[in-house]
Amino acid sequence: MTNYIGKAVKRVEDKRFITGKGRYTDDIVLPAMAHAYIVRSPYAHARIISVDTSAAEAMEGVIKVFTGKDIAASGINGIPTGWQVNFKNGETMKEPPHPLLVADKARYMGDAVAVVIAETKEIARDAGDIVEVEYEELPAVADAKKATEPGAPLVHDDAPNNLCFDWELGNPKAEVNEAMSKAHHITTLEFTNQRVIPNAIEPRSAIGHYEEANDKYTLYTTSQNPHLTRLLMCAFVLGIPEHKVRVVAPDVGGGFGSKIFHYAEEALMIWCSQRLKRPVKWTADRSEAFMTDAHGRDHVTKAEMGFDKEGKIVGLRVKTYANLGAYLSTFAPCVPTWLHGTLLQGLYTTPKINVDVTGVFTHTVMVDAYRGAGRPEATYLLERLIDTAALEMKMDPAQLRLKNFIPPFDGVKQPGYQTQVALQYDSGNYHGVLNRAMEMVGYEQFRKEQEAARKEGKLLGIGFSTYIEACGIAPSAVVGALGARAGLYEVGQVRVQPTGKVSVYTGAHSHGQGHETTFAQVVADRLGIPMDDVEIIHGDSESVAFGMGTYGSRSLAVGGSAIVKSLDKIIEKGAKIAAHKLEASEEDLEFAEGKWTVKGTDKSVGFGDVALTAYVPHNYPAGLEPGLDFSSFYDPANFTYPFGAHIAVVEVDKDTGKVALKRFIAVDDVGNVINPMIVDGQIHGGLAQGIGQALFEGALYDDNGQLINGSYMDYTMPRADDLPSFELDRQVTPCPHNPLGVKGAGEAGTIGSTPAVVNAVMDALSPFGIKNLEMPLTPERVWRAMNS
Amino acid sequence: MATKIKVKVNGKTYSHEVEPRTLLVQYLRDVLGLTGTHVGCDTSNCGACTILVDGKAVKSCTMLAVQAHGSEVKTIEGMADNGALHPLQEGFREEHGLQCGFCTPGMIMASADLLSRNSNPSEQEIREALEGNFCRCTGYHNIVKSVQHAAKKINQKEKVAS
Repeated sequence: MTNYIGKAVKRVEDKRFITGKGRYTDDIVLPAMAHAYIVRSPYAHARIISVDTSAAEAMEGVIKVFTGKDIAASGINGIPTGWQVNFKNGETMKEPPHPLLVADKARYMGDAVAVVIAETKEIARDAGDIVEVEYEELPAVADAKKATEPGAPLVHDDAPNNLCFDWELGNPKAEVNEAMSKAHHITTLEFTNQRVIPNAIEPRSAIGHYEEANDKYTLYTTSQNPHLTRLLMCAFVLGIPEHKVRVVAPDVGGGFGSKIFHYAEEALMIWCSQRLKRPVKWTADRSEAFMTDAHGRDHVTKAEMGFDKEGKIVGLRVKTYANLGAYLSTFAPCVPTWLHGTLLQGLYTTPKINVDVTGVFTHTVMVDAYRGAGRPEATYLLERLIDTAALEMKMDPAQLRLKNFIPPFDGVKQPGYQTQVALQYDSGNYHGVLNRAMEMVGYEQFRKEQEAARKEGKLLGIGFSTYIEACGIAPSAVVGALGARAGLYEVGQVRVQPTGKVSVYTGAHSHGQGHETTFAQVVADRLGIPMDDVEIIHGDSESVAFGMGTYGSRSLAVGGSAIVKSLDKIIEKGAKIAAHKLEASEEDLEFAEGKWTVKGTDKSVGFGDVALTAYVPHNYPAGLEPGLDFSSFYDPANFTYPFGAHIAVVEVDKDTGKVALKRFIAVDDVGNVINPMIVDGQIHGGLAQGIGQALFEGALYDDNGQLINGSYMDYTMPRADDLPSFELDRQVTPCPHNPLGVKGAGEAGTIGSTPAVVNAVMDALSPFGIKNLEMPLTPERVWRAMNS
Repeated sequence: MATKIKVKVNGKTYSHEVEPRTLLVQYLRDVLGLTGTHVGCDTSNCGACTILVDGKAVKSCTMLAVQAHGSEVKTIEGMADNGALHPLQEGFREEHGLQCGFCTPGMIMASADLLSRNSNPSEQEIREALEGNFCRCTGYHNIVKSVQHAAKKINQKEKVAS
């Protein structure tokens, strides 16, 4: 029986947030804490001639100024990357150093040159303004494709043509070319999947705290994965033994990928604290966040899809230039390759696929995983191709999809689906989600209304997107073979206290996802105890043994499964104790609703009783260890593959070009659902970010590498009155390979929504003969297209 | 250099000397330790620092602490009444109007301002009233429902009272 699983249980974490008692990194004040301000390059590419810190250091309240030379002299390393993608010819990818503070050259606008530490944040900033840096400005390049052209300015001298790697996946090019040459119709799109900026509303912050007396370090940081940050910082950057370092990621105000990565400021605060023997805090202001948080997307792509006469897809050919920014962030090489190329099968039976990706350095902020990470780029590419092809071939876009879908398979009776691009999908029923979404939108009726509206001069449009994503990363051996430098398992410890109350320690990290509720629902149901008796602890490397953190919609599928493994061990050991107490054999017992009962009798012993006995083992099974506390590592057997169908309905204002999003329908299949309220919330937020990319957002760099819209005054994000209420429904195709049957819901909304909106606008604009416009579809861009 | 101010915050009167350039939000966070009011930007666009000053919603980064002299300020910490949650706090919890919680205090305070002017707002009115507050987690869908939940609750209470 389940009391909690599947129910919209209200979140236990909410109380502290709605009463102003959340504890975010910047809220933490330590005794004798100093404040850091980082002096950053205003140029995208410049030689640093000199740095004069004397005036700043003379200012009252300034404790110390460190420069790139101090960092270089200290012998510590730069920030590493966690994934290796080599050149096709086998050469190792280019992995230039990324020092905490640069001494020789600034390579993007925002590159850190010096750090001022002072008694207050204000003094640090005032002093930062008078650190005199003499720069020799050099030519810069911000566009990935341009950066590979001969004569382009080099970001790193040892990366010719700014190439980091080149990479290919799928069927051999010759086979794909052969298939394409026989196609009845080829649809070609060339576009930029523009750079977007994650913009978690909490800016990044880090406090380094070195305690000399016991030689211990504590880092408080806005991180999605404190343990990974600790590992990278200790083992690769600072060379401090890991057991001397505690990393705490307390309440974190959103991440969306941007807080996965180990950032220079984290190691820098620890390093400064060790030098000064005082805690040192740095908190980004928003302008700084814009130019230092890792950005997302930024692909320049040419994609071609071939069809036969009936509209069956016969081949797909893709060439992408992926902008990696100036240095390699933690997961950067993996995003445009293994998280993008592998998803180009989509939901379709495409028999021949080749994807070719060139990873490029530019004089811009690092690009790394942003909500969806590679999968939104893959989905955008496929779904734009399908709608464009439907238009070109005068076919219905929904029917074209249904015709090409992989038939349903549950991964149990029917095997998983082997794609042309390395993955094996776990289970799917793709027709189901699209049919349901069409029913919800009233598709046939809509087409009639659209026709009538067009006669009145109104521009209505409908757009589809059917997506699949690979979540729950990931089987360690698989990702290891693909270049990951870490395993991607998760850790879950269940500690039953003597009174039967349960503390659960997870390596996943919640920064809005509601783990304290969802995980507690799972634990309470499995043990048959009230949720109030369960506490979920996360985000502190001192209490949680280890963990890989939260990203890639992995928390429940991987982290939840690790907890389930420990729960199984608890129940197994509990049965031995119960059998002893009941003077029965273990095989005769059944565990349900929090008690072990001798089958067919009313003789039973409760969970609390067994817990107490485990800790007070006076009358106890011979040879059994006392205690009831288990830790487990769960390494998944496969990725999980959520999917869904999204439909957008828009109206374009003929006079202004403004796109009004009238309706948004999302039918998602994320496998089993533990808390439908939380899952819906994840979808809502994802939709808003995907719609944001389609209509509003985009980082703009000029030819000098200046980020010209690096503030909330200039970078447009969706606001409450830009969006409608969303219409959601769900289908459930359980994941066959994890104990909860869950697939993950964090990124689905973002992955599916962007192409649906763009397709809808293109549908609305089809009377003008417009087939493709670059995102974001701002009023100006749409108006110009209608009036050219 | 420092200026003396007297401000009533969440019903309690405080006197402090502050630098003329100290923002009200810095005063609340750094001097009074009321860290429920958050800073999400440096251009007064995000609304995370929204509080009530003399009953009206104000982005506390747009106001100097010295300008609050003589005013009555309410922050998220002052919304609950003797441990009983404000209907907006309840609404946000009941309707899952928050995820990471960072924008939430500002959202609640901006919503309080709306409901004080319009006790029965339409969805569009709610969306327009909150357009100065960014949320990156919820897509605003459940925030709208949270405010509606609170409005209903407040109106019911008023009906009972009358």
